[in-house]
Amino acid sequence: MAVTSPPSTRAGLGSEPTVPVTKGGLAGRLFAGLSTGAGILILLVLAAVAVFLVIEAWPALTASPEELQEISWFKADSLLAYIGPLVFGTLLASILALLIAVPVSVGIALFISHYAPRRLAQGLGYLIDLLAAIPSVVYGLWGALWLLPILNPFFTWLSGTLGFIPLFEGYQAPAKNIMSASIVLAVMILPIITAVSREVFLQTPVLHEEASLALGATRWEMVRMAVLPFGRSGVISASMLGLGRALGETMAVLMVISPGFLYSLFLLKPGQQQTIAANIASKFPEASGLAVSTLIATGLALFVITFVVNMIARWIIARRKDFSGAN
Amino acid sequence: MTATDLTPTTPAAPDGSGSLQLVPAQKRLPRWAPWAFAVGGVLVAFAVLALAGRPTIAGVLGLGAVLYAVGLTVTSRFVEGARWATDRLATTLVSFAFLLALIPLVSLLWIVVTRGAKLFGATFLSTDMVGVYGDMTSGGIWHAIVGTLLITGAATLISVPIGLLTAIYLVEYGRGALARWITFLVDVMTGIPSIVAGLFAFSLFTLIFGPAYRAGIMGAVALSLLMTPVVIRSVEEMLRLVPNELREASLALGVPKWLTIVKVVLRTSIAGIVTGVMLSIARVIGETAPLLLTVGLITQVNWDLFDGRMATLPVFAYRQYEQGGVGIDRAWAAALTLILIVMLLNLIARLVSRLFSPKTAR
Amino acid sequence: MLALTLAACGSNSTDSGGGAATDGAENGSTEDLTGTLAGAGASSQEKAVAGWIAGFGDIAPGVTLSYDAVGSGGGREQFLSGATQFAGSDAALKDDELATATDRCFGGEAIEVPLYISPIAVIYNLPGVDAEHLNLSAETLAKIFNREITTWNDPAIAAENEGVTLPSTAIIPVNRSDESGTTENFTEYLADASNGAWPHEASGDWPLSGGQSGQGTQGVVDTVTGAEGAIGYADASRAGDLGTAAIKVGEEYVPFSPEAAAKVVDASPRAADATDKRLVVEIDRTTTEAGAYPLVLISYSIACDTYDKAEDAANVKAYLTYVASEEGQARAAEPSVAGSAPISDALRTEVQAALDTISVKS
Repeated sequence: MAVTSPPSTRAGLGSEPTVPVTKGGLAGRLFAGLSTGAGILILLVLAAVAVFLVIEAWPALTASPEELQEISWFKADSLLAYIGPLVFGTLLASILALLIAVPVSVGIALFISHYAPRRLAQGLGYLIDLLAAIPSVVYGLWGALWLLPILNPFFTWLSGTLGFIPLFEGYQAPAKNIMSASIVLAVMILPIITAVSREVFLQTPVLHEEASLALGATRWEMVRMAVLPFGRSGVISASMLGLGRALGETMAVLMVISPGFLYSLFLLKPGQQQTIAANIASKFPEASGLAVSTLIATGLALFVITFVVNMIARWIIARRKDFSGAN
Repeated sequence: MTATDLTPTTPAAPDGSGSLQLVPAQKRLPRWAPWAFAVGGVLVAFAVLALAGRPTIAGVLGLGAVLYAVGLTVTSRFVEGARWATDRLATTLVSFAFLLALIPLVSLLWIVVTRGAKLFGATFLSTDMVGVYGDMTSGGIWHAIVGTLLITGAATLISVPIGLLTAIYLVEYGRGALARWITFLVDVMTGIPSIVAGLFAFSLFTLIFGPAYRAGIMGAVALSLLMTPVVIRSVEEMLRLVPNELREASLALGVPKWLTIVKVVLRTSIAGIVTGVMLSIARVIGETAPLLLTVGLITQVNWDLFDGRMATLPVFAYRQYEQGGVGIDRAWAAALTLILIVMLLNLIARLVSRLFSPKTAR
Repeated sequence: MLALTLAACGSNSTDSGGGAATDGAENGSTEDLTGTLAGAGASSQEKAVAGWIAGFGDIAPGVTLSYDAVGSGGGREQFLSGATQFAGSDAALKDDELATATDRCFGGEAIEVPLYISPIAVIYNLPGVDAEHLNLSAETLAKIFNREITTWNDPAIAAENEGVTLPSTAIIPVNRSDESGTTENFTEYLADASNGAWPHEASGDWPLSGGQSGQGTQGVVDTVTGAEGAIGYADASRAGDLGTAAIKVGEEYVPFSPEAAAKVVDASPRAADATDKRLVVEIDRTTTEAGAYPLVLISYSIACDTYDKAEDAANVKAYLTYVASEEGQARAAEPSVAGSAPISDALRTEVQAALDTISVKS
């Protein structure tokens, strides 16, 4: 660590509390002002987006069901009845994706940070970062053209053996169902969750690790007692990042799913669920007037979902604050 | 594999009394045991599947993996005891997680490279699509490369300073309600669907410059809307990991707070910050929907970020895929190019961060 | 860039006489045209437009022509807001849009000309069936897509295909998941021609839910290709290796072909509110004319008869004149380009008369 402090600051050591203020001077205030300004800018932008969404969605929010039903694809009884299944589908796809991705990501992050030989670790980390570097349109192509045929025999088997469980009932080839979409989403969010978790795990104080090993802990016990508690809040916020991406992902879902508008838990049936983002992208090109407003209203719903999901996440993190990082 | 060698007895008690030896020396499985179980698992899986019907590679590996995990854990349970069995199971699962992630990675790269190689080449990279139609295999993506680099570059220029400063505010300055709200809303912002970001930028610019206005900067603004929260979130995480002792030491030496942040906090976490920025670039460089809406697609190069439509790689790839036929080959080749660009950027970023990060950083 | 501006100014000053814009339409002078010409709209036209952009680039190298395949609705909206000079749309302008069009066209009128006529093929994935085309009546098709006929060896299908061995494979109907002109035309055909076997109305959005579907034409083609027994509908040029059905017209079965598609357009009446400038066709789905294929899609090119800039008027007129010309139509008709049906000479005369009214606002 190279602290290149100017020699003059030494003089201030005597009156410690005033030093940062006096020596910070104009530059310090400018810097603080700039960073506060950036924070406020974020608030403003977000407010602008929210206002924009509400204004654009307003015609749909205030329209009567009869008016809405003029839209060719609007078959629900009310706006809420239209948005409801979409919210359900979005949450289902994202949660499934998280359920698949988080354990695997934490595993990979641990593997890279604490299991793989040091020499290899960096290369392996780079390998996973590669996945993050793959653009979403490529995931869409990969999902639609490579993954679906691969999943087909697996889903056929699953539906055949476990078909008595409603979740896995009624599979129909090709594998364009919510399960496939979730798998693609999981692969997409895997690198983000892994990369952040890995960085956090790597920052675990070495002293903690060595202390637990010195007390005779096995490697897993060391990980469980030193690394995971330290990294927990990091993993949660990494998952939130991943969830954010999963909630808003458009193209990959669009290319992989056969959409439907039902509250349905059939994971392998086609034409059951649809996500909000994919629905907007699918319907938007041909939409005009009230139809656009309706689509933007669904976008507003997605906004609200993210709001609520993050509120819950924040609450979880707050409860675990005692375990979190250096601060 | 340093940690495996640390049997409970190894930590040397400084006084040599041996009173710190918590667990008596115990029986351990030989080092080759995992390998033996791995080979055994695969062989048994093959035998079982061969008896049951046709063995497939996926089936043998899958069943073999399960047999390996169960076999090793159970054996370890009886030979080494419960704690070591759990440790072995954890090692197995963690390694499997990594191997599992390699499946999509390898298949993705494999399919993109093999399918993309069909058209990929110097001419493909250096020509545009002027005068190309039907099943002509000529034409290329130079115009789309230029567009993608310009737009993503502009988005990065907008997002990184704002994101970095916001993260600094949140970690170093922010206290109280404002900071809490910003943190919370940044998370909300990560959930903005890309198409909504595109709509927002579209409405914003057409409101100011008239309905016919189309420019790369519209796309850049839409992308930065998606990119900024990712930058903030990952940078924030990295800044929080900088031990407070470092800050306190610097402040105690009389270094002003802003200089402490720039010279100590940012430099300590530069590698993480660069990773975060690269993640955010990767997050947006492949976005299709907002760009299709705001910057459209043209067949020739447009260097002017502030006037006229632009071609971008993801939009190009998606539209070409939609057209089928030779378009699908072009889509794969464009996807390959996109990945190569991101990899290249990654590599450069890594070199830069290595150059700037303090020697002691990992 | 300077030269371009100068040239644009030059043509402006000569055009200011008023009728000079017609010069652009005469083949000799298209080389002098300059400026930017932007269009947006139906993705059905996209491949044809790519061919036209290339062809128009040969005769008018000074014009930067672009087409954003954002979809019909988006294309009409962008055109009406003045963002683009022309639009491509699978549907004619609606009443409220016509009112807006008067404002957009500087007090003039919108021009709608059918310049892209394309047969829609019923595609199926039955590798074991060796018949060149399966014969299917609208009634049988309606029952298949309404999921009343569920296996390929159903008596209703067998009765229409004597001598063909049909498998007992389950039928997987595949529709477009996005709203599209293709779906609108297909459902309109089913509703009009199936003698009531199709209980739904014509709609751009598929009326049934809970089945397989695909995003865009390529999505449908991929989905049908992905499962044996699947059946879908898509632009005929995209059928590829998939089987295509011959549909029942009168007492015979007609496979798709550009000629058969053109025939039905000529045999169809104009829409009730069509004018000399708005050549909107009401396709006669129940035609019994021999050799006609009533399952077609008409995509209109929409423009204004009045522009405020001489440059725009000249460019739009020259471009659409080229598209309507024998050469332009022949280019789009090439199987490798879009496989569309060239418009008849009679229709061309009417189209040209409409295009000739394009002028600058005086």
